[in-house]
Amino acid sequence: MIVADKKPIEEIIKEIESYNKVLILGCNECVTVCEAGGKKEVGILASALRMYFLNQGKEMKIDEVTLERQCDHEYLEEIRDRVDKYDAVVSLACGVGVQFMAEKYQTLPVYPGVNTCFLGVTEKRGLWTERCQACGKCILAKTAGICPVSRCAKRLLNGPCGGSTKGKCEISKELDCAWQLIVDRLKALGKIDDYEKIIPLKDWSTDRAGGPRKVAREDVQL
Amino acid sequence: MNCKTPSKLEKILAAGHLAVTSECGPPRGSNIEHIVHKAGLIKDHVDAINITDNQTSVTRLCSLAACIKLKLMGLEPVLQMVTRDRNRIALQSDILGAAAFDIFNMLCLSGDHQSFGDCAQGQNVHDLDSMQLLQTVRHMRDEGKFLGGGDIDRPPKMFVGAAANPFADPFEIRVPRLAKKVAAGAEFIQTQCIYNLDKFELWMKMACDRGLHEKVCILAGLTPLKSAGMAKYMKNRVPGMDVPDDVVKRMAAAPKEKQPEEGIKICIESIQRLKEVEGVRGFHIMAIEWEEKVPEIVEKTGLYPRPKVD
Repeated sequence: MIVADKKPIEEIIKEIESYNKVLILGCNECVTVCEAGGKKEVGILASALRMYFLNQGKEMKIDEVTLERQCDHEYLEEIRDRVDKYDAVVSLACGVGVQFMAEKYQTLPVYPGVNTCFLGVTEKRGLWTERCQACGKCILAKTAGICPVSRCAKRLLNGPCGGSTKGKCEISKELDCAWQLIVDRLKALGKIDDYEKIIPLKDWSTDRAGGPRKVAREDVQL
Repeated sequence: MNCKTPSKLEKILAAGHLAVTSECGPPRGSNIEHIVHKAGLIKDHVDAINITDNQTSVTRLCSLAACIKLKLMGLEPVLQMVTRDRNRIALQSDILGAAAFDIFNMLCLSGDHQSFGDCAQGQNVHDLDSMQLLQTVRHMRDEGKFLGGGDIDRPPKMFVGAAANPFADPFEIRVPRLAKKVAAGAEFIQTQCIYNLDKFELWMKMACDRGLHEKVCILAGLTPLKSAGMAKYMKNRVPGMDVPDDVVKRMAAAPKEKQPEEGIKICIESIQRLKEVEGVRGFHIMAIEWEEKVPEIVEKTGLYPRPKVD
């Protein structure tokens, strides 16, 4: 899933304090799972903002809506008849949702309410970690199912570097060395000899380097 | 042994001599006289001088400019190049820049993570890794081609090296990793600083068992300790560094004013012992901001005078 984290409320207040009617728009997908932008967080943020502006003596109407998704036209259309009532929207969806919302409602200011962080997993309640950087050309088949692009601080395709110590990365003792994990798993799979196969220069044109990307599938297009 | 490049370092190794290299870190400014001074301290006692490339990710005068300066002084630089700060366009371009000034040695590294340095908020590049940089230089030299396939007018003639850290984890892949670097094109290796000689010897033996010592010239890396504090710092704070307790104790047992002397003594004893280890083809003495001690170390280990080669 896409993992996001809450923005500091002070930052959100700064963006919206000049308005009078603001919609807090949640998303029922990834940001709900990572507890940053679902219905629950929309409620908490809206209450906190109401309290803040009340204390400031400012009249501020703050409403709450949480959509099924903010990355699909059909769900964003659900609020078309209502958005005119607001001066601005704070979207708690990931950066994708914020942008799609902005694209759809050309004259409506839309502000991000979360920081979009990475593609990751829930390791346990309250702890999410990165697994993928969407490089567009998956090499997991060569690295025992563990991604050095997203999990090695230097994205070394032929690691580990000389800083790997007791299974941890040189930049933090909290962080597993991706190449230690790869070596451990290659051993578990009985494929440690594969370690010596040099992974060639990567084609990064499918990554950020190639410019904005798209996937076009004629077979499923209507 | 035929030489593939005009590198003096390659010639010395090919002639069967124990090679001696050292390194100088460029200054935090544009006064290149600092590097001229440092090089002057060691030039008669080493065969080649590595110039570090923004080591520990702290911004410094660039390695290439400092190497050119040494070359113009008639010295033999080893251009260190990390993949952290340049993409494949810049790497190839800088290799050509070095080649234009007849810099004949290069050390291919990934580089410390930028979070250690003075621009912790910067991006890192890592378009290639150190292994792929080795492949790139060898491709440019041996095929005379760019990565993009075009012909290079006057290809670089680099003697190509890599680093190896026998002390990092996981230990069991440290020799396979060396093999991988050799397969990628490494012709010489400069190792991480050696304080745990037993572990280094085990790594060397495993490398020799695979015949790697015949495919690549391994220079053992040494850094003299200046103080017990430095020993403890290296032990506890520098990732991938292995400083055994007895080394720390030995440094701490010396009175403070005698600790530098003790550090030099340990370094000299280490070199003496490692000279006898199969597969060790020379020494890379990294006297960090202590270049003036290199001549003493080289002389007291019987590595002086340095051999002359054509």
